[in-house]
Amino acid sequence: MIHVEKLVKAFGPKIAVNRISFQVERGEVLGFLGPNGAGKSTTMRMITGFIPPTEGQVRVGDHNIIDQPIHAKRLMGYLPESAPCYPDMTVHGFLDFAAEIRGIRGGDRKRAIHRVVDLCFLESVLHQSVDTLSKGYRHRTCFAQSIIHDPDVLIMDEPTDGLDPNQKHEVRGIIKRMGEKKAIIFSTHILEEVEAVCSRAIIIDRGEIVANGTPDELKNRSRNAGTVHLRIGGVSGTMVREKLQQLSGVEHVTLLSEDATHAEVSVKPEARESGSLGEQISDLIHRESWRILKLNRQEGRLDEVFRDITKPDTIKEGGKAA
Amino acid sequence: MNQTRSNIWCVLKREWKGYFATPVAFVFIVIFLALIGFFTFSSQLGQFFEREEASLSSFFTWHPWIYLFLVPSVGMRLWSEERRQGTMELLLTMPVAPWHTIVGKFLASWAFLALALLLTFPVVFTTGYLGDPDYGPIVCGYIGSIFLAGGYLAVSSMTSALTRNQVISFILSVVICLFLILAGFPPVTDMLIQWAPGWLVDTVSSFSVMTHFFSFQRGVLDSRDIIFFLSLIGFCLFTTSVILRSLRTN
Ligand SMILES: Nc1ncnc2c1ncn2[C@@H]1O[C@H](COP(=O)(O)OP(=O)(O)OP(=O)(O)O)[C@@H](O)[C@H]1O
Ligand SMILES: [Mg+2]
Repeated sequence: MIHVEKLVKAFGPKIAVNRISFQVERGEVLGFLGPNGAGKSTTMRMITGFIPPTEGQVRVGDHNIIDQPIHAKRLMGYLPESAPCYPDMTVHGFLDFAAEIRGIRGGDRKRAIHRVVDLCFLESVLHQSVDTLSKGYRHRTCFAQSIIHDPDVLIMDEPTDGLDPNQKHEVRGIIKRMGEKKAIIFSTHILEEVEAVCSRAIIIDRGEIVANGTPDELKNRSRNAGTVHLRIGGVSGTMVREKLQQLSGVEHVTLLSEDATHAEVSVKPEARESGSLGEQISDLIHRESWRILKLNRQEGRLDEVFRDITKPDTIKEGGKAA
Repeated sequence: MNQTRSNIWCVLKREWKGYFATPVAFVFIVIFLALIGFFTFSSQLGQFFEREEASLSSFFTWHPWIYLFLVPSVGMRLWSEERRQGTMELLLTMPVAPWHTIVGKFLASWAFLALALLLTFPVVFTTGYLGDPDYGPIVCGYIGSIFLAGGYLAVSSMTSALTRNQVISFILSVVICLFLILAGFPPVTDMLIQWAPGWLVDTVSSFSVMTHFFSFQRGVLDSRDIIFFLSLIGFCLFTTSVILRSLRTN
């Protein structure tokens, strides 16, 4: 549904987005990650047609956003970063306007408003003026606006920003459910959100895509992904280490601690390890009749991956200068 | 075509409701009526009664000056506010062409100004009660006044697109409108004629709203005057769209 091809945006001499390409099909929820100033919002603004790209193509459905902006925009719902709403309107008036300008008429409009008010829990503030709303309610109002026409494509810039934990959960649920039938892109700084909602995630740094994959694939790029911790009673640490070291797919084994009663080791698999390591270890334990006091396998962690591939400015700049 | 009309109508309605959501509209109308009443009936300025003639010339004379401040105060928020609130991002990602929104917002404010102007109807009644005026010039004067307000408003729309600061937008549009007045204001043209060739002064003053506004009051609708105001409006709204486009580009 969304085809982004070699998208570039330059603000004067500054390249905010640098040759970004990706696609999102119906049924996919794409998470957009990246440090502040990476170019997430700029990319979304180009996809939604708010700012024209310096170079590159965006197609939404069958329409190019530059050549057929109106057709492309009809397919999209957009929640901008700051969740802007007209402050002089009531929530109902605002949603009514959003529906009308999208060409929803008569009874359909009533039903559409009713649907999003229910979905976003806006009933209690329906006739309140937007400028008296709390931040979270304003955010929800703008979110409601973006889904009022039940669009095929949904672009959301930090949709859960400023929401309370319950609402965050609620909104994630909505996104996930809608993601079954729509193509969705949303940006976030909350990494659990990516795991909970996204079918795929892209990490952007300084305007470039530095990672693109399912949340699991990304997590597996973590340094400690797949490392197995073992605490075994009544054996010598050196012996345990030697035995484990002989298994295939083991990069190295570290002896963490050892005393008269137990030994504790961590087993780091090779990067290309096929996944049979768990089985091998379990066989070994069986053969040796080791008494296991503790056994766990570390999941990769998204925040580790994120930190590893999006180094803070100072480090990278320093590296470049050297 | 139909689509265009309904888009413009939708934007127009929203903008129009915006005026009445706060007391701003009410305050504006009161100030407008009070000012225009004061200038018209004042024995020092308009001398409506002292003139002892059944015409509204003492009423219309003041419009260019009163509008000079009041129209930019209505128009200054048109785009500055959209930019400041970020709602421009919302509006321009809706499936409507940018010029629909520019025209829609403009028409809403223009209609609001027209409403304020029509509320001056008691002046007409007073004239009709006291004397036997020629209604032709009065109707034409009102039409001219609406066009004048539209011209100023279009200038304000343009300056409000330039900045997210309403005060700057206000000052800029007052300055431009003042220029549009002075270029054809008799005291100024009289002074210019001393050292500039006549054709030049005429050309400059033909760009002034004064020249065209006062020709309405003679009671004839000259197509040249109407075309002048329409092209002023068209030009300014087009410039608004150019400004908005370049804002988004960079
Ligand atoms: N209108 C503009 N003029 C100049 N530079 C801009 C403009 N808009 C964005 N930038 C720059 O482009 C870069 C990317 O900004 P963008 O808003 O896309 O970041 P982001 O990934 O959304 O960050 P955040 O997580 O903070 O929202 C930033 O360095 C920003 O300063
Ligand atoms: Mg952003």
